[in-house]
Amino acid sequence: MQIAAVVGSVVATRKHGDLQGAKLLLVQPETPEGEPRGPVLLSIDSVGAGIGERVLVVIEGKAAGDALGKRGAPVDAAIIGIIDHVDDVHARELELARSGA
Amino acid sequence: MQVARVIGTVVCAHKDPRLEGVTLLVLQPLTKERQPVGRTLVATDASGAGVGEDVFFVRGAEASFPFAPRTVPTDASIVGIVDSVYT
Repeated sequence: MQIAAVVGSVVATRKHGDLQGAKLLLVQPETPEGEPRGPVLLSIDSVGAGIGERVLVVIEGKAAGDALGKRGAPVDAAIIGIIDHVDDVHARELELARSGA
Repeated sequence: MQVARVIGTVVCAHKDPRLEGVTLLVLQPLTKERQPVGRTLVATDASGAGVGEDVFFVRGAEASFPFAPRTVPTDASIVGIVDSVYT
């Protein structure tokens, strides 16, 4: 799963039948410290997240289908939690990770 | 599977009900020399790991297997705690 910020929403009248009623949100993956990382993803929302909130995004087809409540739905990302806080992150390891990435 | 270090915890009050009671941990993948490499990720814990421990985790649909018969929506799960690595 990835930590991400909700940065927008997408409305689509015409979409796959399994996506009817699904809320689509644009999410920007972030480091645990809150810095943007990588491309923006389109994710379905199963927890009622809103723009500006920090969320937990699962990026895997089966789990995303489970989150939507429709197995086999053509989705690959789902918001499954709204993050209150991230604790105990070792700053040194993160620094090393960033310099090595 | 990959070896990683647990570097933090994630707290979500509002989440998918199937994640109730499941611990969410921040992982930093490691090289065979146990140096940080690549992006951090959040994983569900199926091994009782804690911050500072080195663990191994599985990615993909298999990540929900340790929680069977529950269907936990996860894409990464900690499935073991590393005692030692020989290279």
